[in-house]
Amino acid sequence: MRLQKSYGYQRITEWLTQKGFTAFSFQEETWQHITDGESGLVNAPTGCGKTYSVFLGALIQFIDAHPQDYQRQKNKGLQLLWITPLRALAKDIGRAMEEAIGELGMQWKVGIRNGDTDIAERQRQKRQMPEVLIITPESLHLLLAQKGYPDVFQSLRIIAADEWHELMGSKRGVQVELALSRIIHCQTARKAGIWGISATIGNLEEAREVLLASLQTTGRSVKAEIHKPIVVESIIPEEIEQFPWSGHLGIRLAHRLVPIIKKSRTTLVFINTRGMSERWYQVLLDVAPQFAGAIALHHGSIEQELRLWVEESLHTEKLKAVVTTSSLDLGVDFRPVDTVIQVGSPKGVARFLQRAGRSGHRPGETSKIYFLPTHSLELLEVAALKQAIETGSVESRQPQVLCFDVLLQFLCTLAISEGFREETLFAEIKTTHCYAEMTRDEWEEILSHLTQGGKALQQYDEYKKVEPENGVYRIRNRRIAMRHRMHIGTIVSDAMLKVKLMGGGYIGVIEEWFISRLEPGDVFTIAGRNVELVMIKDMSVMVRKSNSKKSIVPSWMGGRMSLTANLGYILRLTFNKALVDESEIELKSLHPLFELQQQLSHIPRASELLVEQIETKEGFHLLVYPFEGRQVHEAMSAILAYRIGQITPITFSISMNDYGFELLSDQPIPVDDSNVRELFTADNLLPDIQKSMNSTEMARRKFRDIAVIGGLIFQGMPGEKKKARHLQSSASLLFKVFEEYDPKNILLRQAFHEVLTQQMDEERLRNALARIAQSDIILRFPKQLTPLSFPIVVDGLSRVNLSTEKLEDRIKKMQAQLTRSS
Amino acid sequence: MHSLIKHAIHEQTFWLSPQRCIYWEEQSALILSDLHLGKTGHFRKHGIAVPQKVFTEDLQRLVDQISYFKPRQVIAVGDLFHSHANRELDLFLKWRSDFASVDFILVKGNHDILEDEWYANAGIKVHHGQWQLGNIHFVHDPSDMQEEATYVFAGHLHPGVYFSGMGKQSLRFPCFHFSSNHAVLPAFSKFSGLSGIRAKKSDAVFAIVDGKLMSV
Repeated sequence: MRLQKSYGYQRITEWLTQKGFTAFSFQEETWQHITDGESGLVNAPTGCGKTYSVFLGALIQFIDAHPQDYQRQKNKGLQLLWITPLRALAKDIGRAMEEAIGELGMQWKVGIRNGDTDIAERQRQKRQMPEVLIITPESLHLLLAQKGYPDVFQSLRIIAADEWHELMGSKRGVQVELALSRIIHCQTARKAGIWGISATIGNLEEAREVLLASLQTTGRSVKAEIHKPIVVESIIPEEIEQFPWSGHLGIRLAHRLVPIIKKSRTTLVFINTRGMSERWYQVLLDVAPQFAGAIALHHGSIEQELRLWVEESLHTEKLKAVVTTSSLDLGVDFRPVDTVIQVGSPKGVARFLQRAGRSGHRPGETSKIYFLPTHSLELLEVAALKQAIETGSVESRQPQVLCFDVLLQFLCTLAISEGFREETLFAEIKTTHCYAEMTRDEWEEILSHLTQGGKALQQYDEYKKVEPENGVYRIRNRRIAMRHRMHIGTIVSDAMLKVKLMGGGYIGVIEEWFISRLEPGDVFTIAGRNVELVMIKDMSVMVRKSNSKKSIVPSWMGGRMSLTANLGYILRLTFNKALVDESEIELKSLHPLFELQQQLSHIPRASELLVEQIETKEGFHLLVYPFEGRQVHEAMSAILAYRIGQITPITFSISMNDYGFELLSDQPIPVDDSNVRELFTADNLLPDIQKSMNSTEMARRKFRDIAVIGGLIFQGMPGEKKKARHLQSSASLLFKVFEEYDPKNILLRQAFHEVLTQQMDEERLRNALARIAQSDIILRFPKQLTPLSFPIVVDGLSRVNLSTEKLEDRIKKMQAQLTRSS
Repeated sequence: MHSLIKHAIHEQTFWLSPQRCIYWEEQSALILSDLHLGKTGHFRKHGIAVPQKVFTEDLQRLVDQISYFKPRQVIAVGDLFHSHANRELDLFLKWRSDFASVDFILVKGNHDILEDEWYANAGIKVHHGQWQLGNIHFVHDPSDMQEEATYVFAGHLHPGVYFSGMGKQSLRFPCFHFSSNHAVLPAFSKFSGLSGIRAKKSDAVFAIVDGKLMSV
């Protein structure tokens, strides 16, 4: 049917006209497809009516089905399921939807379902589902853990996956894939349509295919052709440090933000890590005390109520500025926001564009983003970013495959509600993108893991989880079922502890590893206040307020991102201009730094690979600068360390940043003109990847997430504290135990598989090495640390170790060093 | 198979084994701590699939040590069992009856929560708090040690020794930690973590590296 002839379309258009709006052509295009019963993906930036494209489409569909009495139709069961990655978004989206429904005189109800939904509301929803349900992936899985869930989805017409670019590529995206396939397959009569909504990424086609996989159709793509000019302005330090040290420079420039915040209506200040956002909030208050009460802090570890208050205040223009992390990256618009400041490298073009888009939402307005470097080399990145925005090169997000941990969790979920038959479910799961390549053998291993817990001593074992009964797999034990329900949604990497005040009052959550390093009496900062650690009790950190000026700022593990290969490439090109073409302000201001680099060593051009060897009192450093992003460096450094280790027994401590990596050893590193090219060869790459991966701790780190998601780590639940303590173990201990006693375990294998596909990706590494093979390798022996080396040596991330020496020899050496120094 | 280290305390002879236990020659006693028997079973009963092989190998190691030293008695300095009884403990009981002639003494630890009757049936003599044999005392948690004791053997901590060297290198291993008035034994079970020790200059520390003992 032509959309314009549809009654629903006419009603919606009337309503929009009354409000003084006209539909964008991408919205009409989406409505047409929805009317035709199609599925697809809408590509539109935030703040351009992307919610309306799918939501109003669902309304049109409903009005068309009930042209006479659409305003009287009520309690029609679930019509539209709206999946969103962030809890924070649900309220605002719901409000916008309710407004439209009310003004159209319809009876639809909008419900919200996430970790904050109270029991009474959940019970109400169980009795009568609202027509629209806004839900997070975790809560959707909890819904699938309820008996009778298939009934809920029979009336469902449309499933929307909002911010799909953000979900895809993560394990939460895999959760969505699994849930979609279950919902579609449990619908007996009519199948729902699936619509993704995504910001621009490099692989939109693939994003659509992944989302629609369980429908087995290709679907439609709708693109919003809305041009939004972006202006990037760097805050150039008055004086460039020749030795850039992460973090410090930014803080020193804090006062420069004051006039920007003053002249704007509302400013969002994006900081890369939660830890640094705490620091920045303090520093801004220190340099501009007049802002007290007018600026706020917002990140994922802050208490929910406070976060909601901040969001509310943003809407109502009560705040002058909000210091935030990626927690405000997505979703709804805060209209008063007209200025965005990015502190530190945004690490990728897509993210930078998204953040810039948070200001100046209205079509035709310009988005303005200020960039404040945390070390001077980041100015280079901005020059590269500007270039990337100009040429429109935005990176892709790779969907995850074969995540057995998420699958195990999902199977337990089904086993506590309706149970499952393995053959039908196997076929169903194979329709998803994530598990399309799963073999029958792998599936059987998963089933055996769930039913028998792997190999065991028959008569001395009581393993119990999922039990097949007349061909239906179920969890019978109530305690295990309850524990699993608590467990769904723990797709987080580390055990989080609640932080509470001694006198009562909840402040936020914090990662266990951070707290485990503190002693009672230590003062740390959380949610913008300084607190003193009193004790850790029953999964809670008890604290009291502190007036101490000195405090430790926690660094949350989650917040660190790698520079994308795309930006790395543009960054390498930018180096060509150093000391040559300094017309861009960022490059010009870096002049003194480049001069020193040139004088001590060399400035690598795009066609060169710089290798520096420097001796300090710490040991012998080998520095390599491929500018490929941290992820590629992680793989390349391990390969290089392994290959050097074949020349002579040697131990390396490896660290890296987005520009390069460092191999540090206690003995001279045998690399010179005669062998350096050989070390970067792409020959023998696969076996070398395998061997170097086994000798680093990468898989062990991957295993942390997997063990939590796969149900091996139990974080305890209320009322069961004492007993739960006997069920606690750390991921690293479990990794050790599996490696030694059950090396073929499917979750352990997944850890290695993830390293191979994500960190040690052969293809990406091969490409990088092929490029290096075409480059000149410049070997330098500077007398001291160079400007390029400094941030890596002083502040590099991910220190991993690789050794080809015997343990005994290493200890003897360390002891000898100790005696010499004492 | 063994490269033992001889260590004398108050004129008594102790043989340290890299298999995480000590043989006391004068008393013909095998001393060990933190076996956490039944831990894998406890996890598995609650639906957490850890490999049971850790348990069977721990038990096998214990059998090997008893066969090698042929002690008159075994002294467990606490956390012999991990939690409530489960079927894994049946295997322990079966094994226990094969060594009926060896006395089994448990100085209770915080994990030892089984009923008195259970220990009695298993032929295990149970002591609470601090217990004495000759001039040596035994207590699970070294912080519960009473001051008048001459020398105390303890466990509980799962001691580990950390090494660090140039080039930001570091390593860690389970260890025996002897200080002037007490010793802390490594956890016998391999399903256990480590916590770093703070050793004084005068302390003797023996690390277990690749199945061998190293004085450090």
